[in-house]
Amino acid sequence: MRIKGKVWKFGDNIDTDVIIPARYLNTTDPEELAKHCMEDADPEFSKKVKKGDIIVAGKNFGCGSSREHAPIAIKGCGISCVIAESFARIFYRNAFNTGLLILECPEAVKNTQEGDELEIYPEEGKIVNLTKGEEYYTKPLPEFMKKILDAGGLIPYVMQNYKD
Amino acid sequence: MKKRPMTLAEKILSLKSGKGSVEPGELIEVPVDLTLANDITGPLAIKVFEKTGVKKVFDPEKIALVMDHFTPNKDIKSAEQVKLCREFAKKFGIKHYYEGGASGIEHALLPELGLVGPWDVVIGADSHTCTYGALGAFATGVGSTDLAAAWITGKTWFKVPETIKFVYYGKLKPWVSGKDLILYTIGDIGVDGALYKAMEFSGEAIKNLSMAERMTMSNMAIEAGAKVGLMEVDRKTRCYLRGRYKKEIKPLKADKGAKYLEVREYDVSKIDPVVAMPHLPSNVKPVKELPRIYIDQVVIGSCTNGRLEDLKVAAQVLKGRKVNPNVRCIIIPATPRVYQEALKKGYLRIFVEAGAIISPPTCGPCLGGHMGILAKGERAIATTNRNFVGRMGHPESEVYLASPAVAAASAVLGYIATPEELGL
Ligand code: SF4
Repeated sequence: MRIKGKVWKFGDNIDTDVIIPARYLNTTDPEELAKHCMEDADPEFSKKVKKGDIIVAGKNFGCGSSREHAPIAIKGCGISCVIAESFARIFYRNAFNTGLLILECPEAVKNTQEGDELEIYPEEGKIVNLTKGEEYYTKPLPEFMKKILDAGGLIPYVMQNYKD
Repeated sequence: MKKRPMTLAEKILSLKSGKGSVEPGELIEVPVDLTLANDITGPLAIKVFEKTGVKKVFDPEKIALVMDHFTPNKDIKSAEQVKLCREFAKKFGIKHYYEGGASGIEHALLPELGLVGPWDVVIGADSHTCTYGALGAFATGVGSTDLAAAWITGKTWFKVPETIKFVYYGKLKPWVSGKDLILYTIGDIGVDGALYKAMEFSGEAIKNLSMAERMTMSNMAIEAGAKVGLMEVDRKTRCYLRGRYKKEIKPLKADKGAKYLEVREYDVSKIDPVVAMPHLPSNVKPVKELPRIYIDQVVIGSCTNGRLEDLKVAAQVLKGRKVNPNVRCIIIPATPRVYQEALKKGYLRIFVEAGAIISPPTCGPCLGGHMGILAKGERAIATTNRNFVGRMGHPESEVYLASPAVAAASAVLGYIATPEELGL
Protein backbone atom coordinates (compact mmCIF):
# COMPACT_ATOMS: atom_id res chain seq x y z
CA MET A 1 0.00 0.00 0.00
CA ARG A 2 1.29 3.42 -0.94
CA ILE A 3 -0.44 6.73 -0.53
CA LYS A 4 0.52 9.97 -2.20
CA GLY A 5 -1.06 13.37 -1.71
CA LYS A 6 -0.84 17.01 -0.83
CA VAL A 7 -0.85 18.23 2.75
CA TRP A 8 -3.59 20.30 4.34
CA LYS A 9 -2.36 21.52 7.66
CA PHE A 10 -4.39 22.17 10.83
CA GLY A 11 -3.51 23.03 14.44
CA ASP A 12 -4.07 21.39 17.82
CA ASN A 13 -7.37 20.13 19.22
CA ILE A 14 -9.29 19.97 15.94
CA ASP A 15 -12.62 18.84 17.41
CA THR A 16 -15.47 16.88 15.92
CA ASP A 17 -17.63 20.03 15.76
CA VAL A 18 -15.08 21.52 13.37
CA ILE A 19 -14.68 18.30 11.39
CA ILE A 20 -18.43 18.02 10.92
CA PRO A 21 -20.72 20.53 12.68
CA ALA A 22 -23.67 19.04 14.55
CA ARG A 23 -26.12 20.97 12.39
CA TYR A 24 -25.40 18.49 9.58
CA LEU A 25 -25.79 15.35 11.68
CA ASN A 26 -29.35 14.70 10.62
CA THR A 27 -27.93 12.50 7.87
CA THR A 28 -25.45 9.62 7.65
CA ASP A 29 -24.79 9.99 3.92
CA PRO A 30 -21.00 10.19 3.33
CA GLU A 31 -21.33 12.47 0.30
CA GLU A 32 -23.60 14.87 2.11
CA LEU A 33 -21.32 14.90 5.17
CA ALA A 34 -18.23 15.39 3.01
CA LYS A 35 -19.62 18.66 1.68
CA HIS A 36 -19.36 20.19 5.14
CA CYS A 37 -16.08 18.64 6.23
CA MET A 38 -13.89 21.11 8.16
CA GLU A 39 -16.34 23.83 7.24
CA ASP A 40 -16.01 25.88 10.42
CA ALA A 41 -12.22 25.95 10.11
CA ASP A 42 -12.11 26.51 6.35
CA PRO A 43 -15.45 26.96 4.53
CA GLU A 44 -13.89 26.11 1.16
CA PHE A 45 -12.13 22.97 2.35
CA SER A 46 -14.33 20.34 0.75
CA LYS A 47 -14.10 22.15 -2.60
CA LYS A 48 -10.33 22.57 -2.53
CA VAL A 49 -9.35 19.10 -1.39
CA LYS A 50 -8.39 16.52 -4.03
CA LYS A 51 -8.69 12.77 -3.83
CA GLY A 52 -5.73 11.29 -2.03
CA ASP A 53 -4.82 14.46 -0.10
CA ILE A 54 -3.56 14.20 3.43
CA ILE A 55 -4.50 16.08 6.61
CA VAL A 56 -1.63 16.88 8.94
CA ALA A 57 -2.64 18.23 12.36
CA GLY A 58 -1.36 18.83 15.88
CA LYS A 59 -2.33 17.29 19.19
CA ASN A 60 -5.63 15.65 20.13
CA PHE A 61 -7.14 15.49 16.63
CA GLY A 62 -10.82 14.49 16.70
CA CYS A 63 -11.53 15.43 20.29
CA GLY A 64 -15.12 15.95 21.33
CA SER A 65 -18.06 13.83 20.38
CA SER A 66 -18.18 10.16 19.44
CA ARG A 67 -19.75 10.90 16.08
CA GLU A 68 -18.48 8.47 13.47
CA HIS A 69 -19.72 11.05 11.01
CA ALA A 70 -16.33 12.72 11.54
CA PRO A 71 -14.05 10.05 10.00
CA ILE A 72 -16.78 9.34 7.44
CA ALA A 73 -16.85 13.00 6.37
CA ILE A 74 -13.05 13.10 6.11
CA LYS A 75 -12.93 9.92 4.07
CA GLY A 76 -15.91 11.10 2.04
CA CYS A 77 -14.14 14.19 0.79
CA GLY A 78 -11.25 12.13 -0.50
CA ILE A 79 -8.67 12.40 2.28
CA SER A 80 -6.50 9.30 2.25
CA CYS A 81 -4.81 9.64 5.62
CA VAL A 82 -4.68 11.85 8.71
CA ILE A 83 -1.33 12.35 10.37
CA ALA A 84 -1.36 13.99 13.81
CA GLU A 85 0.76 14.37 16.90
CA SER A 86 -1.97 12.52 18.82
CA PHE A 87 -5.61 11.55 18.36
CA ALA A 88 -8.57 11.69 20.73
CA ARG A 89 -9.36 8.15 21.76
CA ILE A 90 -12.86 7.72 20.35
CA PHE A 91 -11.80 9.20 17.03
CA TYR A 92 -8.87 6.78 16.98
CA ARG A 93 -11.21 3.79 17.35
CA ASN A 94 -13.71 5.17 14.88
CA ALA A 95 -11.10 5.79 12.22
CA PHE A 96 -9.91 2.17 12.30
CA ASN A 97 -13.43 0.81 12.56
CA THR A 98 -14.50 2.71 9.45
CA GLY A 99 -11.28 2.16 7.53
CA LEU A 100 -9.73 5.63 7.62
CA LEU A 101 -5.97 5.39 7.89
CA ILE A 102 -4.50 7.52 10.68
CA LEU A 103 -0.93 7.80 11.84
CA GLU A 104 0.59 9.34 14.95
CA CYS A 105 3.84 11.00 13.99
CA PRO A 106 4.92 14.20 15.80
CA GLU A 107 8.05 14.39 13.66
CA ALA A 108 6.07 14.55 10.42
CA VAL A 109 3.76 17.14 11.92
CA LYS A 110 6.64 19.33 12.95
CA ASN A 111 8.39 19.23 9.60
CA THR A 112 5.66 19.40 7.00
CA GLN A 113 4.02 22.51 5.63
CA GLU A 114 0.73 22.99 3.88
CA GLY A 115 1.10 22.07 0.23
CA ASP A 116 3.99 19.63 0.78
CA GLU A 117 3.69 16.39 -1.13
CA LEU A 118 3.89 13.24 0.99
CA GLU A 119 4.23 9.59 0.14
CA ILE A 120 3.16 7.19 2.88
CA TYR A 121 4.01 3.53 3.32
CA PRO A 122 1.68 2.51 6.19
CA GLU A 123 3.02 -1.04 6.62
CA GLU A 124 6.52 0.23 7.14
CA GLY A 125 5.40 3.26 9.12
CA LYS A 126 7.36 5.41 6.68
CA ILE A 127 6.40 8.89 5.55
CA VAL A 128 8.39 10.51 2.75
CA ASN A 129 8.20 14.26 2.25
CA LEU A 130 8.80 14.57 -1.50
CA THR A 131 8.84 18.37 -1.39
CA LYS A 132 11.52 18.54 1.25
CA GLY A 133 13.32 15.27 0.56
CA GLU A 134 12.90 14.05 4.16
CA GLU A 135 11.72 10.83 5.75
CA TYR A 136 9.79 10.37 8.99
CA TYR A 137 9.01 7.18 10.88
CA THR A 138 6.05 6.21 13.08
CA LYS A 139 5.39 3.46 15.62
CA PRO A 140 4.23 0.19 14.08
CA LEU A 141 0.49 -0.44 14.45
CA PRO A 142 -0.57 -2.70 17.33
CA GLU A 143 -1.18 -6.28 16.11
CA PHE A 144 -4.85 -6.12 17.00
CA MET A 145 -5.42 -2.93 15.00
CA LYS A 146 -3.63 -4.50 12.05
CA LYS A 147 -6.02 -7.44 12.19
CA ILE A 148 -8.99 -5.08 12.09
CA LEU A 149 -7.53 -3.19 9.13
CA ASP A 150 -6.64 -6.43 7.34
CA ALA A 151 -10.18 -7.68 7.74
CA GLY A 152 -11.42 -4.40 6.26
CA GLY A 153 -12.80 -2.82 9.44
CA LEU A 154 -14.27 -3.92 12.73
CA ILE A 155 -17.47 -5.42 11.39
CA PRO A 156 -15.81 -7.79 8.87
CA TYR A 157 -13.39 -8.71 11.66
CA VAL A 158 -16.24 -9.53 14.04
CA MET A 159 -18.11 -11.44 11.35
CA GLN A 160 -15.13 -13.72 10.75
CA ASN A 161 -15.84 -15.31 14.13
CA TYR A 162 -19.61 -14.96 14.23
CA LYS A 163 -21.70 -18.09 14.37
CA ASP A 164 -25.47 -17.77 14.28
CA MET B 1 -0.19 -15.45 45.08
CA LYS B 2 -1.30 -12.10 46.39
CA LYS B 3 -3.10 -9.93 43.87
CA ARG B 4 -1.45 -6.80 42.64
CA PRO B 5 -3.17 -3.73 44.19
CA MET B 6 -5.37 -2.15 41.54
CA THR B 7 -7.06 1.12 40.59
CA LEU B 8 -10.83 1.28 40.06
CA ALA B 9 -10.52 0.88 36.30
CA GLU B 10 -8.12 -2.07 36.62
CA LYS B 11 -10.38 -3.79 39.16
CA ILE B 12 -13.45 -3.65 36.98
CA LEU B 13 -11.61 -4.74 33.84
CA SER B 14 -9.84 -7.56 35.71
CA LEU B 15 -13.10 -9.02 36.89
CA LYS B 16 -14.99 -8.50 33.66
CA SER B 17 -12.29 -9.86 31.39
CA GLY B 18 -12.15 -12.96 33.58
CA LYS B 19 -8.40 -12.56 33.80
CA GLY B 20 -8.13 -11.88 37.50
CA SER B 21 -5.54 -9.22 36.90
CA VAL B 22 -4.86 -6.80 34.07
CA GLU B 23 -2.02 -4.40 33.34
CA PRO B 24 -2.24 -0.98 31.68
CA GLY B 25 -1.57 -1.28 27.97
CA GLU B 26 -3.04 -4.78 27.70
CA LEU B 27 -5.71 -5.27 25.00
CA ILE B 28 -8.66 -7.17 26.44
CA GLU B 29 -12.14 -8.25 25.49
CA VAL B 30 -14.99 -7.75 27.95
CA PRO B 31 -18.71 -8.48 27.92
CA VAL B 32 -20.89 -5.36 28.06
CA ASP B 33 -23.71 -4.82 30.56
CA LEU B 34 -25.37 -2.02 28.65
CA THR B 35 -24.94 -0.40 25.23
CA LEU B 36 -26.58 2.83 24.22
CA ALA B 37 -27.10 5.06 21.26
CA ASN B 38 -29.12 8.16 20.48
CA ASP B 39 -30.98 9.60 17.52
CA ILE B 40 -27.71 10.73 15.87
CA THR B 41 -25.49 7.73 16.45
CA GLY B 42 -28.23 5.08 16.57
CA PRO B 43 -29.17 5.26 12.88
CA LEU B 44 -25.55 4.80 11.87
CA ALA B 45 -25.15 1.81 14.20
CA ILE B 46 -28.38 0.34 12.88
CA LYS B 47 -27.23 0.69 9.27
CA VAL B 48 -23.93 -0.98 10.10
CA PHE B 49 -25.72 -3.76 12.00
CA GLU B 50 -28.29 -4.41 9.29
CA LYS B 51 -25.64 -4.62 6.60
CA THR B 52 -24.19 -7.69 8.30
CA GLY B 53 -27.46 -9.57 7.88
CA VAL B 54 -27.29 -10.81 11.48
CA LYS B 55 -30.79 -11.80 12.55
CA LYS B 56 -30.74 -11.03 16.26
CA VAL B 57 -29.06 -8.75 18.77
CA PHE B 58 -26.99 -10.24 21.58
CA ASP B 59 -29.50 -9.22 24.27
CA PRO B 60 -32.46 -6.89 23.67
CA GLU B 61 -32.49 -5.98 27.38
CA LYS B 62 -28.96 -4.61 27.23
CA ILE B 63 -29.54 -2.08 24.50
CA ALA B 64 -30.82 1.42 25.19
CA LEU B 65 -31.90 3.76 22.42
CA VAL B 66 -32.63 7.28 23.62
CA MET B 67 -34.05 9.85 21.24
CA ASP B 68 -32.79 13.09 22.72
CA HIS B 69 -30.57 15.18 20.46
CA PHE B 70 -32.84 16.62 17.77
CA THR B 71 -36.09 15.79 19.58
CA PRO B 72 -38.90 16.79 19.57
CA ASN B 73 -37.97 16.12 15.96
CA LYS B 74 -36.70 19.41 14.60
CA ASP B 75 -37.10 18.64 10.91
CA ILE B 76 -38.01 15.94 8.45
CA LYS B 77 -34.56 14.36 8.35
CA SER B 78 -34.48 14.13 12.15
CA ALA B 79 -37.93 12.58 12.19
CA GLU B 80 -36.73 9.97 9.69
CA GLN B 81 -33.76 9.15 11.92
CA VAL B 82 -36.02 8.63 14.92
CA LYS B 83 -38.38 6.53 12.84
CA LEU B 84 -35.50 4.29 11.83
CA CYS B 85 -34.57 3.77 15.49
CA ARG B 86 -38.20 3.14 16.48
CA GLU B 87 -38.64 0.50 13.79
CA PHE B 88 -35.38 -1.17 14.73
CA ALA B 89 -36.43 -1.22 18.39
CA LYS B 90 -39.74 -2.87 17.47
CA LYS B 91 -38.16 -5.39 15.14
CA PHE B 92 -35.55 -6.56 17.65
CA GLY B 93 -37.63 -6.18 20.81
CA ILE B 94 -35.31 -3.56 22.29
CA LYS B 95 -36.51 -3.06 25.83
CA HIS B 96 -35.11 0.36 26.59
CA TYR B 97 -36.30 2.51 23.74
CA TYR B 98 -37.26 6.05 24.73
CA GLU B 99 -38.88 8.82 22.77
CA GLY B 100 -41.54 11.47 23.19
CA GLY B 101 -42.71 12.12 26.74
CA ALA B 102 -40.77 9.13 28.05
CA SER B 103 -37.45 10.42 26.84
CA GLY B 104 -34.84 12.66 28.35
CA ILE B 105 -31.16 13.35 27.89
CA GLU B 106 -29.56 9.93 27.83
CA HIS B 107 -26.93 10.41 30.52
CA ALA B 108 -29.44 11.85 32.95
CA LEU B 109 -32.15 9.37 32.00
CA LEU B 110 -30.34 6.04 32.20
CA PRO B 111 -28.92 6.49 35.73
CA GLU B 112 -32.28 7.83 36.88
CA LEU B 113 -33.98 4.70 35.55
CA GLY B 114 -31.48 2.51 37.38
CA LEU B 115 -29.95 1.04 34.23
CA VAL B 116 -26.33 1.60 35.28
CA GLY B 117 -24.42 0.79 38.44
CA PRO B 118 -21.13 -0.28 39.97
CA TRP B 119 -18.92 -2.80 38.13
CA ASP B 120 -21.02 -2.47 34.99
CA VAL B 121 -19.21 -2.15 31.69
CA VAL B 122 -21.14 0.30 29.55
CA ILE B 123 -20.38 1.49 26.06
CA GLY B 124 -22.37 4.21 24.42
CA ALA B 125 -22.23 5.79 21.02
CA ASP B 126 -21.97 9.11 22.75
CA SER B 127 -18.84 10.55 24.23
CA HIS B 128 -20.45 11.54 27.54
CA THR B 129 -21.22 7.93 28.39
CA CYS B 130 -18.38 8.43 30.89
CA THR B 131 -20.98 10.11 33.16
CA TYR B 132 -21.76 6.74 34.77
CA GLY B 133 -18.27 6.56 36.23
CA ALA B 134 -19.78 8.50 39.12
CA LEU B 135 -21.78 5.34 39.89
CA GLY B 136 -18.73 3.12 39.67
CA ALA B 137 -19.38 1.89 36.12
CA PHE B 138 -16.60 1.47 33.58
CA ALA B 139 -18.51 3.52 31.03
CA THR B 140 -17.07 5.05 27.92
CA GLY B 141 -17.99 6.50 24.57
CA VAL B 142 -17.42 4.60 21.34
CA GLY B 143 -18.45 5.03 17.74
CA SER B 144 -21.45 3.55 16.00
CA THR B 145 -19.44 0.72 14.45
CA ASP B 146 -18.09 -0.32 17.85
CA LEU B 147 -21.63 -0.31 19.10
CA ALA B 148 -22.98 -2.38 16.21
CA ALA B 149 -20.20 -4.90 16.79
CA ALA B 150 -21.22 -5.18 20.44
CA TRP B 151 -24.87 -5.69 19.42
CA ILE B 152 -23.63 -8.75 17.53
CA THR B 153 -21.14 -10.20 19.98
CA GLY B 154 -22.15 -8.74 23.36
CA LYS B 155 -18.51 -7.84 23.82
CA THR B 156 -16.11 -5.01 23.17
CA TRP B 157 -12.37 -4.50 23.30
CA PHE B 158 -10.38 -2.07 25.40
CA LYS B 159 -6.83 -1.17 25.98
CA VAL B 160 -6.48 -1.14 29.77
CA PRO B 161 -5.84 2.51 30.59
CA GLU B 162 -3.33 3.93 32.99
CA THR B 163 -4.99 5.85 35.81
CA ILE B 164 -4.46 9.39 37.04
CA LYS B 165 -5.80 9.99 40.53
CA PHE B 166 -7.32 13.32 41.48
CA VAL B 167 -7.70 14.02 45.19
CA TYR B 168 -9.91 16.89 46.31
CA TYR B 169 -9.76 18.00 49.92
CA GLY B 170 -11.08 20.94 51.96
CA LYS B 171 -14.44 22.64 52.07
CA LEU B 172 -16.09 24.29 49.09
CA LYS B 173 -16.69 28.03 49.11
CA PRO B 174 -20.29 29.19 48.68
CA TRP B 175 -21.61 28.80 45.12
CA VAL B 176 -18.75 26.53 44.14
CA SER B 177 -19.94 23.18 42.79
CA GLY B 178 -18.80 19.98 41.15
CA LYS B 179 -18.91 21.84 37.83
CA ASP B 180 -16.33 24.32 39.07
CA LEU B 181 -14.11 21.48 40.31
CA ILE B 182 -14.12 19.68 37.00
CA LEU B 183 -13.61 22.86 34.96
CA TYR B 184 -10.77 23.82 37.26
CA THR B 185 -9.24 20.36 36.82
CA ILE B 186 -9.50 20.50 33.02
CA GLY B 187 -8.03 23.99 33.14
CA ASP B 188 -5.15 22.52 35.10
CA ILE B 189 -4.37 19.48 32.95
CA GLY B 190 -5.68 20.60 29.54
CA VAL B 191 -8.06 19.04 27.02
CA ASP B 192 -5.66 16.19 26.37
CA GLY B 193 -4.32 16.03 29.94
CA ALA B 194 -5.83 12.59 30.48
CA LEU B 195 -5.79 11.35 26.88
CA TYR B 196 -6.40 7.55 26.72
CA LYS B 197 -6.29 7.49 30.56
CA ALA B 198 -8.72 6.70 33.35
CA MET B 199 -9.41 9.55 35.75
CA GLU B 200 -10.16 8.57 39.32
CA PHE B 201 -11.85 11.25 41.43
CA SER B 202 -11.48 10.93 45.18
CA GLY B 203 -11.08 12.75 48.48
CA GLU B 204 -13.37 14.22 51.11
CA ALA B 205 -14.65 16.99 48.84
CA ILE B 206 -15.94 14.36 46.39
CA LYS B 207 -17.61 12.47 49.24
CA ASN B 208 -19.45 15.67 50.15
CA LEU B 209 -20.78 16.25 46.65
CA SER B 210 -24.32 15.24 45.70
CA MET B 211 -24.69 12.40 43.20
CA ALA B 212 -25.77 14.99 40.62
CA GLU B 213 -22.53 16.92 41.08
CA ARG B 214 -20.50 13.74 40.93
CA MET B 215 -22.14 12.89 37.63
CA THR B 216 -21.33 16.40 36.40
CA MET B 217 -17.66 15.71 37.11
CA SER B 218 -17.51 12.26 35.54
CA ASN B 219 -19.47 13.63 32.57
CA MET B 220 -16.62 15.96 31.68
CA ALA B 221 -13.78 13.43 32.00
CA ILE B 222 -13.90 13.18 28.20
CA GLU B 223 -13.19 16.90 28.00
CA ALA B 224 -9.74 16.07 29.35
CA GLY B 225 -9.46 13.27 26.79
CA ALA B 226 -10.07 10.52 29.36
CA LYS B 227 -11.59 7.13 28.69
CA VAL B 228 -13.47 6.99 31.99
CA GLY B 229 -13.98 9.19 35.06
CA LEU B 230 -14.44 6.80 37.95
CA MET B 231 -15.48 7.24 41.57
CA GLU B 232 -15.71 4.84 44.49
CA VAL B 233 -19.05 3.52 45.64
CA ASP B 234 -19.96 4.99 49.03
CA ARG B 235 -23.05 5.43 51.15
CA LYS B 236 -24.37 8.18 48.89
CA THR B 237 -23.95 6.03 45.79
CA ARG B 238 -25.80 3.19 47.47
CA CYS B 239 -28.62 5.50 48.57
CA TYR B 240 -28.97 6.76 45.02
CA LEU B 241 -28.99 3.26 43.54
CA ARG B 242 -31.31 1.68 46.07
CA GLY B 243 -34.82 1.28 44.72
CA ARG B 244 -33.82 1.91 41.12
CA TYR B 245 -30.85 -0.32 40.29
CA LYS B 246 -32.07 -3.89 39.96
CA LYS B 247 -28.77 -5.71 40.31
CA GLU B 248 -26.75 -6.20 43.46
CA ILE B 249 -24.97 -3.05 44.64
CA LYS B 250 -21.45 -4.35 45.09
CA PRO B 251 -18.85 -2.26 46.92
CA LEU B 252 -16.11 -0.73 44.80
CA LYS B 253 -12.97 0.81 46.20
CA ALA B 254 -9.48 1.24 44.86
CA ASP B 255 -6.83 -0.94 46.50
CA LYS B 256 -4.31 0.56 48.86
CA GLY B 257 -1.01 0.73 47.06
CA ALA B 258 -2.58 0.79 43.59
CA LYS B 259 -0.24 2.20 40.97
CA TYR B 260 -1.16 5.56 39.49
CA LEU B 261 0.53 7.29 36.62
CA GLU B 262 0.17 10.48 38.59
CA VAL B 263 -1.63 11.79 41.66
CA ARG B 264 -2.87 15.38 41.66
CA GLU B 265 -4.24 17.08 44.73
CA TYR B 266 -6.49 20.10 44.95
CA ASP B 267 -7.42 22.17 47.98
CA VAL B 268 -10.98 23.03 46.98
CA SER B 269 -11.27 25.80 49.56
CA LYS B 270 -9.02 27.82 47.23
CA ILE B 271 -11.23 27.34 44.17
CA ASP B 272 -13.63 30.12 43.13
CA PRO B 273 -16.53 29.90 40.70
CA VAL B 274 -15.00 29.58 37.24
CA VAL B 275 -15.94 29.72 33.58
CA ALA B 276 -14.35 28.08 30.56
CA MET B 277 -13.88 30.80 27.97
CA PRO B 278 -14.29 30.14 24.24
CA HIS B 279 -13.29 27.90 22.53
CA LEU B 280 -11.90 25.18 24.77
CA PRO B 281 -13.15 23.63 28.02
CA SER B 282 -9.62 24.08 29.37
CA ASN B 283 -9.67 27.83 28.91
CA VAL B 284 -10.69 28.32 32.53
CA LYS B 285 -10.74 31.59 34.50
CA PRO B 286 -12.23 32.60 37.86
CA VAL B 287 -15.36 34.69 37.29
CA LYS B 288 -14.05 37.42 39.57
CA GLU B 289 -11.09 38.04 37.27
CA LEU B 290 -13.23 38.66 34.21
CA PRO B 291 -14.01 42.04 32.72
CA ARG B 292 -17.71 42.65 32.04
CA ILE B 293 -18.65 40.09 29.46
CA TYR B 294 -22.16 40.78 28.24
CA ILE B 295 -24.23 37.83 27.06
CA ASP B 296 -27.17 37.23 24.75
CA GLN B 297 -28.23 33.81 25.95
CA VAL B 298 -28.12 31.56 28.99
CA VAL B 299 -28.64 27.81 28.78
CA ILE B 300 -29.19 25.81 31.95
CA GLY B 301 -29.51 22.13 31.15
CA SER B 302 -27.71 19.25 29.38
CA CYS B 303 -26.35 15.92 30.58
CA THR B 304 -23.81 17.91 32.58
CA ASN B 305 -26.13 20.15 34.59
CA GLY B 306 -29.79 19.48 33.82
CA ARG B 307 -30.66 17.50 36.93
CA LEU B 308 -33.02 18.50 39.73
CA GLU B 309 -30.19 19.73 41.97
CA ASP B 310 -29.02 22.01 39.15
CA LEU B 311 -32.48 23.46 38.65
CA LYS B 312 -32.73 23.96 42.41
CA VAL B 313 -29.64 26.16 42.39
CA ALA B 314 -30.97 28.08 39.39
CA ALA B 315 -34.29 28.57 41.23
CA GLN B 316 -32.51 29.86 44.33
CA VAL B 317 -30.82 32.50 42.22
CA LEU B 318 -33.77 33.40 40.01
CA LYS B 319 -36.42 33.46 42.74
CA GLY B 320 -38.09 36.86 42.81
CA ARG B 321 -35.72 38.21 40.15
CA LYS B 322 -36.06 38.91 36.45
CA VAL B 323 -34.01 37.71 33.55
CA ASN B 324 -32.19 40.69 32.04
CA PRO B 325 -34.15 42.06 29.05
CA ASN B 326 -31.11 41.63 26.80
CA VAL B 327 -30.88 37.94 27.59
CA ARG B 328 -32.76 34.83 26.53
CA CYS B 329 -32.61 32.37 29.40
CA ILE B 330 -33.41 28.80 28.36
CA ILE B 331 -33.86 26.18 31.05
CA ILE B 332 -33.99 22.53 30.09
CA PRO B 333 -34.98 19.88 32.63
CA ALA B 334 -32.95 16.87 31.52
CA THR B 335 -35.63 14.21 31.95
CA PRO B 336 -39.42 13.94 32.35
CA ARG B 337 -38.91 13.08 36.00
CA VAL B 338 -36.72 16.15 36.58
CA TYR B 339 -39.43 18.19 34.86
CA GLN B 340 -42.15 16.80 37.13
CA GLU B 341 -40.14 17.25 40.29
CA ALA B 342 -39.22 20.80 39.32
CA LEU B 343 -42.90 21.44 38.76
CA LYS B 344 -43.84 20.02 42.16
CA LYS B 345 -41.15 21.95 43.96
CA GLY B 346 -42.19 25.21 42.35
CA TYR B 347 -38.96 25.77 40.39
CA LEU B 348 -40.74 25.97 37.06
CA ARG B 349 -43.01 28.69 38.37
CA ILE B 350 -39.99 30.65 39.55
CA PHE B 351 -38.43 30.30 36.10
CA VAL B 352 -41.53 31.39 34.23
CA GLU B 353 -42.07 34.34 36.54
CA ALA B 354 -38.46 35.37 36.05
CA GLY B 355 -39.05 35.42 32.31
CA ALA B 356 -37.07 32.31 31.44
CA ILE B 357 -38.02 29.86 28.69
CA ILE B 358 -38.63 26.28 29.74
CA SER B 359 -37.72 23.74 27.09
CA PRO B 360 -38.85 20.12 26.95
CA PRO B 361 -36.13 17.63 27.87
CA THR B 362 -33.71 17.60 24.93
CA CYS B 363 -30.06 18.17 24.10
CA GLY B 364 -31.25 21.00 21.87
CA PRO B 365 -28.88 23.97 21.97
CA CYS B 366 -26.07 22.08 23.76
CA LEU B 367 -24.86 20.77 20.42
CA GLY B 368 -26.28 23.59 18.35
CA GLY B 369 -29.14 21.37 17.28
CA HIS B 370 -32.21 23.51 17.88
CA MET B 371 -34.16 25.26 20.66
CA GLY B 372 -31.75 28.17 21.07
CA ILE B 373 -29.17 28.61 18.33
CA LEU B 374 -26.75 31.54 18.38
CA ALA B 375 -26.43 34.10 15.59
CA LYS B 376 -23.11 35.46 14.33
CA GLY B 377 -21.34 37.36 17.07
CA GLU B 378 -23.72 36.25 19.82
CA ARG B 379 -22.48 35.05 23.16
CA ALA B 380 -23.93 32.49 25.55
CA ILE B 381 -23.12 31.20 28.98
CA ALA B 382 -24.17 27.59 29.36
CA THR B 383 -24.02 24.80 31.91
CA THR B 384 -23.12 22.40 29.10
CA ASN B 385 -19.77 20.74 28.56
CA ARG B 386 -18.32 21.97 25.25
CA ASN B 387 -17.57 25.40 23.91
CA PHE B 388 -15.88 24.50 20.65
CA VAL B 389 -16.16 26.82 17.65
CA GLY B 390 -19.74 26.69 16.34
CA ARG B 391 -20.93 24.37 19.08
CA MET B 392 -24.13 26.34 19.78
CA GLY B 393 -24.67 27.89 16.38
CA HIS B 394 -22.81 30.29 14.12
CA PRO B 395 -19.05 29.67 13.86
CA GLU B 396 -18.52 33.22 15.05
CA SER B 397 -20.66 32.83 18.17
CA GLU B 398 -19.19 32.16 21.61
CA VAL B 399 -20.00 29.77 24.44
CA TYR B 400 -18.80 30.16 28.02
CA LEU B 401 -19.15 27.12 30.27
CA ALA B 402 -20.16 27.49 33.90
CA SER B 403 -22.18 26.11 36.81
CA PRO B 404 -25.93 26.61 37.15
CA ALA B 405 -25.29 29.21 39.88
CA VAL B 406 -23.08 31.37 37.65
CA ALA B 407 -25.35 30.87 34.63
CA ALA B 408 -28.43 31.93 36.57
CA ALA B 409 -26.75 34.97 38.12
CA SER B 410 -25.51 35.99 34.66
CA ALA B 411 -29.06 35.68 33.32
CA VAL B 412 -30.21 38.30 35.81
CA LEU B 413 -27.30 40.70 35.42
CA GLY B 414 -26.84 40.35 31.68
CA TYR B 415 -23.12 39.76 32.05
CA ILE B 416 -21.06 36.90 33.45
CA ALA B 417 -21.24 37.05 37.23
CA THR B 418 -21.55 34.99 40.41
CA PRO B 419 -24.64 34.98 42.67
CA GLU B 420 -22.61 37.02 45.13
CA GLU B 421 -23.01 40.04 42.87
CA LEU B 422 -26.71 39.72 43.53
CA GLY B 423 -26.08 39.84 47.26
CA LEU B 424 -26.63 36.09 47.61
S1 SF4 C 1 -26.71 17.25 26.44
FE1 SF4 C 1 -25.10 17.87 25.05
S2 SF4 C 1 -23.30 16.78 25.68
FE2 SF4 C 1 -25.05 15.79 26.66
S3 SF4 C 1 -25.62 14.11 25.31
FE3 SF4 C 1 -26.80 15.89 24.71
S4 SF4 C 1 -25.61 16.91 23.10
FE4 SF4 C 1 -24.26 15.49 24.15
